[in-house]
Amino acid sequence: MIQHQEDIIIQTVCRILIPFMQVYGLYVLAHGHGSPGGGFQGGCIFAASFILMPIAFDLAAFKKRFAEKRIILLCSLGVFIYAGIGWLCLLLGGNFLDYGELSAILPVDPVMARYYGIAIIETGVQITVMAVMVSIFINLITGGRHKEETQENYD
Amino acid sequence: MILPLDLILLGFALIAAVTATWVKDLLSAVVLLGAFSFFMCLIWTEMGAVDVAFTEAAVGAGVSTTFFVAAVYNTTRRTKD
Repeated sequence: MIQHQEDIIIQTVCRILIPFMQVYGLYVLAHGHGSPGGGFQGGCIFAASFILMPIAFDLAAFKKRFAEKRIILLCSLGVFIYAGIGWLCLLLGGNFLDYGELSAILPVDPVMARYYGIAIIETGVQITVMAVMVSIFINLITGGRHKEETQENYD
Repeated sequence: MILPLDLILLGFALIAAVTATWVKDLLSAVVLLGAFSFFMCLIWTEMGAVDVAFTEAAVGAGVSTTFFVAAVYNTTRRTKD
């Protein structure tokens, strides 16, 4: 087992870097239509910024903030947003994920409704990817004991 | 697409991949796999597939490397065979 030790260089670099990584993840999401990027890549960058936190700082506080129930809720929320937009388009008379039909409830024309529909489902993809990546990392680093509060294995 | 640059980057990727299977230290193998991912990312960027390269840089080099480091952290660092 590798010993945990506080390192001021790593902590300072992480403290400066994490906000920029999160803003960059949101930038990749917001510009996913016209340039390379989108929900998956933005979610991975967002998850990497969250994964930096337990590497540099305290794993116990991170586990408390990202409790298992909350992570599972975020996973389901992203899938719900994606499928909800799809079924909403179906209910409004179009095909599944036919965003043009959203102009009936959004105050825009069908072209802009497609733009906003894609942005909303990419937000759902980003939330799910971020939550799943963080969940995989926590379960790997704690050996599958995400739920338990015991700390004897990694101190 | 520039063929000599492609071949040079492919050579580096091949060296990183073969060395990752060859070293005994598992943490070094993880870092070499990250280097392999970055060379694949450069190759895809150079071939014009920027979206694939972006995914490779975010997932292959960024997140999966931390997953491997977390797995090594919970097991032994040296291989037995």
